[in-house]
Amino acid sequence: MHDAHASRAGETSVPLTASAVLVNKVGLHARPSVKLTQCAKRFAAKIELALSGDGPWTDAKSPVKVMRVKAPQGATLHFRVAGPDGEVALAAMLALVHDGFGEA
Amino acid sequence: MAEIQLIGRAASPGLAFGPVAVLTAAVAGRMASEDPEQEAAALRAAIGRARAQLAEQIKTIQSEAADILEFQAAMLEDDALTDTAYELIAIGIAADHAWRRALDLEIAGYRAAEDEYFRARAVDIVDIRDRVLAHLGGVDVVAGIAGGSIVAAEDITPSTFLATDWSQGGAIALASGSPSSHVAMLARARGAPMVVGLGPLSWHGQPPVLALVDGDAGRVIFDPEPETIRLFELRMAAAKAELAVAEATSLAPAFVANGRRIAVLLNVAGPEDLANLDSAICDGIGLVRTEFLFEAAHGLPDEETQYRVYRDILVWAQDKPVTIRTLDAGGDKQVPGLTVEGESNPFLGLRGIRLSLARPEVFRMQLRALCRAAVHGTLKVMLPMVAVPSELDRANEILDAEFTALQAKGVACARPPLGIMVEVPAAALCAADFGAAFYSIGSNDLTQYTMAAARDIGAVADLNDTSNPAVLALIAATVEAGLKRGVEVSLCGDAAANTHLTAALLATGLTTLSVSPIAVARLKAAIAKVSS
Repeated sequence: MHDAHASRAGETSVPLTASAVLVNKVGLHARPSVKLTQCAKRFAAKIELALSGDGPWTDAKSPVKVMRVKAPQGATLHFRVAGPDGEVALAAMLALVHDGFGEA
Repeated sequence: MAEIQLIGRAASPGLAFGPVAVLTAAVAGRMASEDPEQEAAALRAAIGRARAQLAEQIKTIQSEAADILEFQAAMLEDDALTDTAYELIAIGIAADHAWRRALDLEIAGYRAAEDEYFRARAVDIVDIRDRVLAHLGGVDVVAGIAGGSIVAAEDITPSTFLATDWSQGGAIALASGSPSSHVAMLARARGAPMVVGLGPLSWHGQPPVLALVDGDAGRVIFDPEPETIRLFELRMAAAKAELAVAEATSLAPAFVANGRRIAVLLNVAGPEDLANLDSAICDGIGLVRTEFLFEAAHGLPDEETQYRVYRDILVWAQDKPVTIRTLDAGGDKQVPGLTVEGESNPFLGLRGIRLSLARPEVFRMQLRALCRAAVHGTLKVMLPMVAVPSELDRANEILDAEFTALQAKGVACARPPLGIMVEVPAAALCAADFGAAFYSIGSNDLTQYTMAAARDIGAVADLNDTSNPAVLALIAATVEAGLKRGVEVSLCGDAAANTHLTAALLATGLTTLSVSPIAVARLKAAIAKVSS
């Protein structure tokens, strides 16, 4: 992991982070996990999630790994995104969580 | 092989004899190669076949089950699930053992979860594991159950039931399950005998070939002796003869011994349930469950589709009254895109009329289709899960608005009377406060809400008893409210078809019972024996 100064040359590789609270009723459960990973796979950026801002970080494109996180309702989901379409990707992930995965 | 006799609980009456189809993956012994590369290739091929099979099933299966299968498909596509198995294969472990160990590890993770929703997903991973194991062993487990089979399983989903052809006989024998489950209701409607709660079905590696299912006594005999088969076939013949006699008289109206006329209505899920049936066997249709229409279609059915279905039923009934229930989604009947997923207690949540009022656009479309169909016969519309009079009032307002709008457009339509399903104890206790055009007692839900015992939890199934005095008192209170207000009261739950309850139900003053077509002959015979 390089620090912020070291990566100034390539702005796009600086990881973007943000968090959102899981509002849907069952947390990051089967259908939400599938929706989240399907959304993440649409982007080239590396997208990771965690239950804490310090990690451990999980590949948001893997439904198996996302399910292993077992994020319950009310948990804060942290995202870390790096890549050329990182900003759009992060916005899409946050929107999905805010929207309760379209299940509310 | 000695016969194995298991006692469970009767969930759907009738006798059946046939070959056994074990639903869980019974993996045949597999010859492993010594070569890790060949083993890895075998696993890859098995996963590929399992994925192809899943994709095929998702296309054809009922909506709620499709979501579950899509989750399984997404998991199977993910290398994170398969990596461990390939690593084990690389160090010389056979493909099937490697896959089982890797997936069991994953399953253990789910079973250890604190959150019950995640614990409940363990069964999905078990399903994924067994699918692939089946393909590794060259056994095609999940692909269709042959018609006429005795399905033996831990439990069975409604979608598996619906995907099976029951027209050639067959029956269901379950290790767990409940007589009050959705599948049990479907089995009774289709006339498929079913026994639940048999306890662990362990075959010690040798699944049974044949089975006898006695859905009257709640008994299953696996691999019966020839003498057992002979006696059972005699009983089947006798039961068939008895049914033929009952059916010969089923076209006649039902009377109790004192001359009181009892109306017998039908419960149906759609026009196909009425095919080859003479409308003379009934006094009308007491319940059309429209949610099956919503489950079968991918997505919500449009107004025109609904209109045609409702019209066809009314035409079949030839001016006899037809009661159509508005969508009763929620609870155990999920409709993707409409019902709320993951409610902590769906039976106490947004279901029935509550959901319809919360999502009025779907409700309005159904009411429009009903108003249009109403010109083809005598239509009555009933609202499920009503708890307070304001729900009926709001539904009446919406119905008025849709009817007026159709009329203004010059569309042929009529305004059907609105009645309520009495299944919430609050509605039974205060029935007279509702301005309902009729009352229809939904005994399944009324029983579960009164006894606080779920329909689908085997351990409390004994409490889920419609003959409990508390439930009968609520039924009697509803009948009294109907008499006071001068409107009809009927009962359309499973209790109507339970001939052990016929005398008790008629004693509450009920004069109208609604049952599935298969139960009409038996019910009329039972009514004739009641002497009160």
